[in-house]
Amino acid sequence: MYVAVKGGEAAIANAHRLLADRRRGDRSVPALRLDQIVEQLGLAVDRAMGEGSLYDRELAALALLQARGDLIEAIFLVRAYRTTLPRFGYSEPIDTGAMKIERRISATFKDLPGGQMLGPTFDYTHRLLDPSIVGEDAEVPAVREAEDEQAPRVTDLLGRQGLIEPDGEAGEDHEVGDLTREPLDFPLDRDLRLQALARGDEGFLLALGYSTQRGYGRTHPFVGEIRIGEVEVEFDIPELGFAVSLGRVRVTECQMVNQFKGSAKIPPQFTRGYGLVFGQAERKAMAMSLVDRALRAKEFGEDITAPAQDEEFVISHSDNVQATGFVEHLKLPHYVDFQAELDLIRRMRAEHEARAEQQEATE
Amino acid sequence: MNAVANYNFAYLDEQTKRMIRRAILKAVAIPGYQVPFSSREMPMPYGWGTGGVQVTASIIGPDDVLKVIDQGADDTTNAVSIRAFFAKVAQVQTTTHTAEATIIQTRHRIPERKLEAGQILVYQVPIPEPLRFLEPRETETRKMHALEEYGLMHVKLYEDIARHGRIATTYAYPVKVEGRYVMDPSPTPKFDNPKMHRSEALQLFGAGREHRIYAVPPHTDVVSLDFEDHPFEIQHFEHPCALCGAEQVYLDEVILDDRGGHMYVCSDTDHCEERREAGHVGVLGMQEAAE
Repeated sequence: MYVAVKGGEAAIANAHRLLADRRRGDRSVPALRLDQIVEQLGLAVDRAMGEGSLYDRELAALALLQARGDLIEAIFLVRAYRTTLPRFGYSEPIDTGAMKIERRISATFKDLPGGQMLGPTFDYTHRLLDPSIVGEDAEVPAVREAEDEQAPRVTDLLGRQGLIEPDGEAGEDHEVGDLTREPLDFPLDRDLRLQALARGDEGFLLALGYSTQRGYGRTHPFVGEIRIGEVEVEFDIPELGFAVSLGRVRVTECQMVNQFKGSAKIPPQFTRGYGLVFGQAERKAMAMSLVDRALRAKEFGEDITAPAQDEEFVISHSDNVQATGFVEHLKLPHYVDFQAELDLIRRMRAEHEARAEQQEATE
Repeated sequence: MNAVANYNFAYLDEQTKRMIRRAILKAVAIPGYQVPFSSREMPMPYGWGTGGVQVTASIIGPDDVLKVIDQGADDTTNAVSIRAFFAKVAQVQTTTHTAEATIIQTRHRIPERKLEAGQILVYQVPIPEPLRFLEPRETETRKMHALEEYGLMHVKLYEDIARHGRIATTYAYPVKVEGRYVMDPSPTPKFDNPKMHRSEALQLFGAGREHRIYAVPPHTDVVSLDFEDHPFEIQHFEHPCALCGAEQVYLDEVILDDRGGHMYVCSDTDHCEERREAGHVGVLGMQEAAE
C-alpha cells in the first residue's frame, strides 16, 4: 500500500534533535568551551577563519564546535554569518614588511637581515604520537617573547638589484575588485584571483600546487620567504583624514621565487607567486603561491597545458563551500528527472527488443 | 554574540536586495539572457536552492503568500526547509495551494494548474548555461550567446537522433526565448516546457552558485528546440494517476514491492489532493473503497 511521503517537517525536527545529541556526545564528558578550542585547536580555528574569510577566532571556534569538527561545515557556517555583516569599507593594504614576526624562513638565503626564525613549527618534529601531552597537568616549557627586529622582505632585498619583478602594480585607475560584492567575470585580474585563492580550499590548492611540481605546468619554485606574525590593520576614516589602527591580525605570507628566462620585452629575472592567508596556515600559503604563479602563465607568454594554469578551471572549483553544496545536493530528491530518464530508457529498450525480434524473424 | 540572531526582513540586507532586484529587472528586460549577479552565501548550501532563495528574498513582501515545491511536492524535505526559512525570517503566510500563492518557488517542476497573471514562479537553477556541457568555458559560451551561435546545440540534438532515433534529452530540455536566447529551463522534465510558453505568470530563475539570474516575462514565446522532421514532444504516461485518476499530468513512479509492482501518482501533490477532494478517484482509491 502506498504511503505518501508526509511528515517531512517532523522528520527534519527529529533529525536535528538527534544531531544536537550526537554533537554533545557522552554527557559525562565535560563540554568543550570556546576558549579551549581557540587555544588548543588553533590551526583548525585558523583554517575556518581563512577559508571562511572572517577574522574572528571565537566565532570560528563556535563554528567548529557546532560543526562537530567538520572543517568545511565550519567554514560554511562562518561564511553564512559573514555575508550578513554590513560593509563599512576597505582597510589600507597591510604592510607585511612591518610584521611582528613569529616565524620567518627563507630557502634561498642562508642568512639575511632579520635572520631565520623557526617559530612554532611542526617541521623537524618526529611524527611520533606523544601520550605525554594528554591531560591537564602536562608540563609545557614557557618561552621567551621574541624581540622586535627589523626583517625586510626577501623579495625587497632581491628587488633592489632588479633580479626579481617588482610587486604587482595594478595601475593608478585600477580599483581593487571584491569577489564578495561583484560576480566573477573571466578572465580575472590578479587581485580577484588572489582573493579567490585566499579563500580557496586548502586541499584543492595543495593538490594543484603539487601537480605543478610534478610537471603539469612546471614553475621552478623556490621559497623566497615564509613569514608568520601579526600585522596592523589600518582603516582610512574620511572624516578624520587619516588612517587609524583597527587592531592586529595574524597572517601567513609566502613569497615563491620562480625562474623566468625573460622575453623580448622583459630581461631575464625571477618572477613571483604570492600567498597570503589569515592565521597560521603555511601549507595553504605555499600552495596558494604555487598556484598563483602557475595562473600567471599567460602574463609571461608560457604555454598553457596544465590544469593549474587554467584560470577558469581553478577558480571555478576552488571554493569548497560551493563545491560541497553542489556535490551534496545530489542526495536531494531527483525523482522527477529520474522518472523522465526511466521513461526514455524503457521506450528505447522496447524498440531495441522489437528490432531484435524482427531481425530474428527475417533470418 | 546575541546580535547574531537579528536578521533583516527576508534575511538579506536591503543593499543586497537592491542589487538582486536590479539584476532581475535587467533579466526581465532581456528575456532568456543570463544576468551575472553577486550571489551571497546563504544559510543553506549552494546547490540546494540558494539562487531561488535569493530571488524570493528580494521580491517577497509582508503581504505575499509563498508556496515552495520540490519535485512537484510541497512536503519534500528541502521544500519544507525553505518554506520554514521564509516563515521564520519574513513571517509571511505560506500555502500549499497553487491558486492562493503569489510567489511559488520551485525545484524541477511547474505546477499542473495554469498560473495566472500576478503570480511569480521562482525556479532554483543548478546550471544556468544550456551550452555548459557542450562547452565548459564561460568565456566561450558568453561569446556564443552574444553571436547567437547555437549551431553546437543543434548538432548535439541531431547526434541524439542519429544515435538513438530521437532527441534523448528528457529534462532541462533547451528552449529558445522570444526568438533570441537559448535558455536552460532548469531541470524540469520536458513535459513542463509547453507551460512556460506565453505564461501569464512572471518566471524568474536564480542560480546562486553560478551567480546568474534570468527571466521569462509574462506572455513571452518559449519554444523547445527541435527539427521539422523530429518535432518536440512531451512525455505521455500510459496510466492515469492511481490516486486521483488524473490524465495529462506528470506522474511519479512508486515502487510497491520487490516483485516489480509499481504505481503511478501525480508528482504535483497539491493538484492531486484538490482533485481527490473534488471527488475524483483513481484505481487505487477505488480498491480502497471496495476493501
